[in-house]
Amino acid sequence: MNLLAEPLIQRMLIVGLLVGMAAPVMGTYLVQRRMALLGDGIGHVALAGVAAGWLAGAAFDLARQDALAIPGAVVFAIIGAVVIERMRSRGTAADIVMAILFYGGIASGVLLIGLAGGSNANLLGYLFGSISTVTWGDVWMSAGLAALILVVGLGLRAALFTVTHDQEFARSTGLPVDALNMVVAVLAAVTITVAMRVVGVLLVSALMIVPVAIAQLLTRSFARTMHVAMGLGAALTLTGIWITVFQDIQPGSLIVVIGVVVYVVVALITSLLKGSRR
Amino acid sequence: MSDPSLHADVPPSLVEARDVRVSLQGTEILHGVSLRASAGEVVALMGGNGSGKSTFVRGIVGAVPIASGAIDLFGSPAAPLTRARLGYVPQRITAAGGVSATAIEVVTSGLLGARETAGRTGSRLRGLVPPHDARARARAALASMGVEDLAKRDVSRLSGGQQQRVLIARALVREPRLLILDEPMAGVDLQSQVAFAHTLGHLKEDGVGILVVLHELGALARHIDRAVVLEQGCVTYDGVPPKDLGVHALPGHDHEHPHTDPPVREGGSLGLEGP
Repeated sequence: MNLLAEPLIQRMLIVGLLVGMAAPVMGTYLVQRRMALLGDGIGHVALAGVAAGWLAGAAFDLARQDALAIPGAVVFAIIGAVVIERMRSRGTAADIVMAILFYGGIASGVLLIGLAGGSNANLLGYLFGSISTVTWGDVWMSAGLAALILVVGLGLRAALFTVTHDQEFARSTGLPVDALNMVVAVLAAVTITVAMRVVGVLLVSALMIVPVAIAQLLTRSFARTMHVAMGLGAALTLTGIWITVFQDIQPGSLIVVIGVVVYVVVALITSLLKGSRR
Repeated sequence: MSDPSLHADVPPSLVEARDVRVSLQGTEILHGVSLRASAGEVVALMGGNGSGKSTFVRGIVGAVPIASGAIDLFGSPAAPLTRARLGYVPQRITAAGGVSATAIEVVTSGLLGARETAGRTGSRLRGLVPPHDARARARAALASMGVEDLAKRDVSRLSGGQQQRVLIARALVREPRLLILDEPMAGVDLQSQVAFAHTLGHLKEDGVGILVVLHELGALARHIDRAVVLEQGCVTYDGVPPKDLGVHALPGHDHEHPHTDPPVREGGSLGLEGP
């Protein structure tokens, strides 16, 4: 019996690998900017996009009612990210406005999916991931978006590092700071919608942040943190998905729990090693 | 005042600010500040807390928008591409972001942005990636500040003085013709202050213009050609640094404290050299 020959398992592993590698790239920039929880907020807004896509699908009588769900999520997440970025760059008291945006996103998302005739099972799929339902179309879309994230996120690493590390200095060099900030915001939104399929809206941020948190314990350099986090992200997602082939568990929650356990173990080992060196 | 014919015997200015006004969140911070610095000139920008010193230099480097007035860099109106030979050392709050970064990564980031190369078109796009010899140049800049051994260390774990030297190296790696520093001596150990004073002397000899925000002239005193004092967003003094009167005689000095700084002897030695 060769499980790897199963098309569904192939699709799950391909999407898992792409998302596992791409999510920590943008996660590194968010952690660098001390906005680790931004992914959570954009995920909430993306859920409203999923619901809007559902409603549109129902209105146009599409064969697959959720065909427009992911495109809807991409559009809403990008709009949400751009709004948040503009508020951040203007230095407005963004905290309360962001909270309203996030809660409004998730509440209207849940409400609209219900109105569009979605079941609780559909809703759970978006909240906690539904990788076992990926089609080849989903794989191609995820591959395209993941490639975009990797090419831009890695290709512009030096410039994005400069801007997220010290914005004031970056401006003094003549770098296009506002445009680069927008690149980070939009790519973070794209990452969230791609990762949503694997771990769901509620855990999407974890896939971006947890591998970076583990990598931080192991290395001092920004570039290496990003590379190690990519490797860890891929390893965590593939491990989680592979286990769910044999056990009927939610892959999203499993991936995140494994990640958190790895973080705790690595943190204990590194602090013990540091202690013994003293 | 900006008519070049009036300055026939004055070297061309590296930075010239005319009647600069800056407002932040609806409050005018600078009420028409003018300042000029030439090649090989070291200008100290002084004044009490809240006088607008930092806002002014942030306006010059493009970190805050100016409401009115004009800023020329190297003879052209300030714009992103004119900042190719500008080195800036912001006020050091911390040299670290949320992810650890090595000193060499931080210094390499100084090689991005506008670069002075033949043919200006497209240089903004090219500035998005570091040049091929970035690492070697970053190492050389760290060496010039005496901290090449820290290249692979996490900047957030360095002392205040070491972090400041790394940030100065990040500005120097751009091979600046104009160096702008915002309170480079704040929270910096005496040894780093002396090392920086030494570097400053060399840069000045090489014709680099330097604008430095200072609270005290301190270890840099002997290199300073001119002091400009800001008070509540206006220039109240522009002339020779008040060496003879003592640092605390400046009109912008708004507080008193015991003199713990070591005396700067003639010749500049702080008595730190030697075994």
